Amino acid sequence: MTVTVRLPGTLRDSVGGVTKIEATGATLDEVFADIDRRHPGFRSRILDDQGGIRSYVNVYVGDADARGSGGLTTAVPDGSEVMVIPAMAGG
Amino acid sequence: MKDRAALWMVIDAEDRLDLAGKTLLDATSGNTGVALALVGAVRGHPVELCMPDKISVERRRIAAAFGARITLTDPLAGSDGAILAAREKAGDAAYVYLDQYSNPANPLAHALTTGPELWEQTGGRITHLVAGVGTSGTVVGVSRALRPRGVRIIAAQPDDALHGIEGWKHMATAIRPAIWDESLADEHRAVSTDDAMAMARRLAREEGIFSGPSGGGALSAAVAVAREHQGVVVALLADGGERYLATPMWE
Repeated sequence: MTVTVRLPGTLRDSVGGVTKIEATGATLDEVFADIDRRHPGFRSRILDDQGGIRSYVNVYVGDADARGSGGLTTAVPDGSEVMVIPAMAGG
Repeated sequence: MKDRAALWMVIDAEDRLDLAGKTLLDATSGNTGVALALVGAVRGHPVELCMPDKISVERRRIAAAFGARITLTDPLAGSDGAILAAREKAGDAAYVYLDQYSNPANPLAHALTTGPELWEQTGGRITHLVAGVGTSGTVVGVSRALRPRGVRIIAAQPDDALHGIEGWKHMATAIRPAIWDESLADEHRAVSTDDAMAMARRLAREEGIFSGPSGGGALSAAVAVAREHQGVVVALLADGGERYLATPMWE
């Protein structure tokens, strides 16, 4: 499965300066592991010490919030778009 | 807190401009948006807010309940994306762009109300003031009122560009508000999201105060200050926990 992962500017540095990256995997966990293999440290930016998605990071597969569909075990269909969305800042 | 800045910005616009037929516009992460929508409803001005999509469901709905029109912007571009969208719209003469990040009426509200009230309510005993920096209106305004009276001002920021302290800005990586002047703070402290959220939970369970992540962050920094210094340390909590019920924070 190949998916497109879109990242906020705040994570750009952890994946070599881009905000859009292709990755493979059948679940979100596999997709993040694939990115982490190429960009070590990526997973630890968005996952907490227990290995779950950080409480202030929202991950969407298509239009659905992954938190409501199994978290990291959420299936990612071939060609889908994954978005990693941080909290908002400033007023 | 945000209602003050919103009210002062709207009154200032009424004083300086003819607002007939105009729509008040701003970019917001939500809390100032709710305040502007409320003030606009009461004073009879249409309000339009640029807010990132996919987040802030509660604040978006409250603002809409007050009659504000919401324009959703790219969620990945965050608050800065909302600011850029508002700047683009502001070119249209139908809008009056309040621009809370650049509007001097925002800190002025706190220089004339929040600061003097803190002085009065502590009977002049306040020695340290701790507040988070978002637009920076609170820190800048309160500093102008209280620093001349010897109060030390501590500005708190998130410790990382990727953080969950909604409303706070990681200045090093975000669009810098024009009103921000770091020299108005005596000290700058970084707070982690985990510490902010843990303190917000503690505040609810031990003190019965239901705050959002930025309130927890301000108190977390204030507790650190109080451990190091003697005096009367005041922390400003600018958001309520109810506005974050749809987030995992309270699960």
